Amino acid sequence: MLPDGAVLEARAINAWRGDRHILRDVSFVVRTGEFLKITGPNGVGKTTLLRVIVGLLPAETGSIDWCGRPVRGVSDEFHAQLGYLGHPNSLKGDLTCRENLKFLAGLRQKLSAKDIDAALDRCGILSRGDLPARSLSAGQKRRLALARLLLAEASLWVLDEPVTNLDSAGVTLVEELVQEHVQHGGLALAAAHQRLLDHSPNLRLLELS
Amino acid sequence: MRRAAVSSAAWLVFQRDLTLAWRRWDEVAQPLIFYVVVTTLFPLATTPDLNELSKISGGVVWVAALLSSLLALESLFRSDVEDGTMEQWVLSGQPLGWLLLAKVACHWVLTGLPLVLVAPIVGTALGLPFNAWGTLVLSLLLGTATLSILGGIGAALTVGVRRGSVLLSLLVLPLAMPLLIFGSRAVSMAMDGDSPAGPLQLLAAIFFLVLSLGPLAVSAAIRISVEN
Repeated sequence: MLPDGAVLEARAINAWRGDRHILRDVSFVVRTGEFLKITGPNGVGKTTLLRVIVGLLPAETGSIDWCGRPVRGVSDEFHAQLGYLGHPNSLKGDLTCRENLKFLAGLRQKLSAKDIDAALDRCGILSRGDLPARSLSAGQKRRLALARLLLAEASLWVLDEPVTNLDSAGVTLVEELVQEHVQHGGLALAAAHQRLLDHSPNLRLLELS
Repeated sequence: MRRAAVSSAAWLVFQRDLTLAWRRWDEVAQPLIFYVVVTTLFPLATTPDLNELSKISGGVVWVAALLSSLLALESLFRSDVEDGTMEQWVLSGQPLGWLLLAKVACHWVLTGLPLVLVAPIVGTALGLPFNAWGTLVLSLLLGTATLSILGGIGAALTVGVRRGSVLLSLLVLPLAMPLLIFGSRAVSMAMDGDSPAGPLQLLAAIFFLVLSLGPLAVSAAIRISVEN
């Protein structure tokens, strides 16, 4: 599923929000099998950086290359290999967990009921499958969003505070998922101020200030 | 797993909106109820005489359809943008224009099509002669479909604006004027026994223009709206 030696490279990214210059010359490289953790105090621009990388926000200057090509030019190809877990869980409260996955993850991959059940099971919410997402707890909603990420079959994961609202078992789950992902040749980026894979050998740190 | 085709992705969007509407049917029925109520008010305010009413019946049905469609537009993209679903659509790797066209098409099936189907009954209650039924239905089919796409552009542009409904009406209503003019003209020509082909063809031309360029405009507007 992966282009060999996939690399995400950002060079000298500058971004403004209104009249605030948030990102100043941010550069980094993430390679296959690596996990880049972006840390820094609240409001320093972690979310902004992630949104610039995935292409939801334009960068003022700087370039982002995916496998050696600027993402601007190949955005549909890039997005097809990108799994993004943002701040909102992107769920519909009126739909059941299974329907949420079918209608959102299904846009990317052809899914069978088995695939969906496997992802729900992996994230520990299989028994909630037929309940409306509205009735889940905040942590369970995050788990459902993680199940969506798994079904995206993406090679690059971009996670914005993935462990928000999760219990300690949930944090361990995220650590396992990220670890598995990078060990299978994937790349992962996450903004986090909690502990997350702090002792992993594949961990790289980027501190914004 | 295999990558989903664009058509199946668009179909999923369509299905999802039908499912959501089914669970929130009271919201979906609102424009239709508004439409029926507004048209029943006219005989009360003007005259119950069918001969008098029939002169304005085509126009009344058209104006009421236009306003009811507007009513349904504001919420078109709002919840998807607010809960982050739209971000995921933008990043799905599928052409956003097709996904949004599917969404607009579903919106039309839920809010535009019922107006078209009810129109002959409402028209008859206002004294619209039977020989104008076909023209009324055809003109409203083209008109409401065009309006759904035009409205989609407006809704996508104003989705990030707090209380954007006034702005939305100001944006969309001027663009909808040609539809109103040609639509009600077609109906009155049919009532007079003339061929309504001219205005109907113009309506069809506008529909195809909007259908071909609209999705590009809607997706460009949505990309701007999710930047916030």
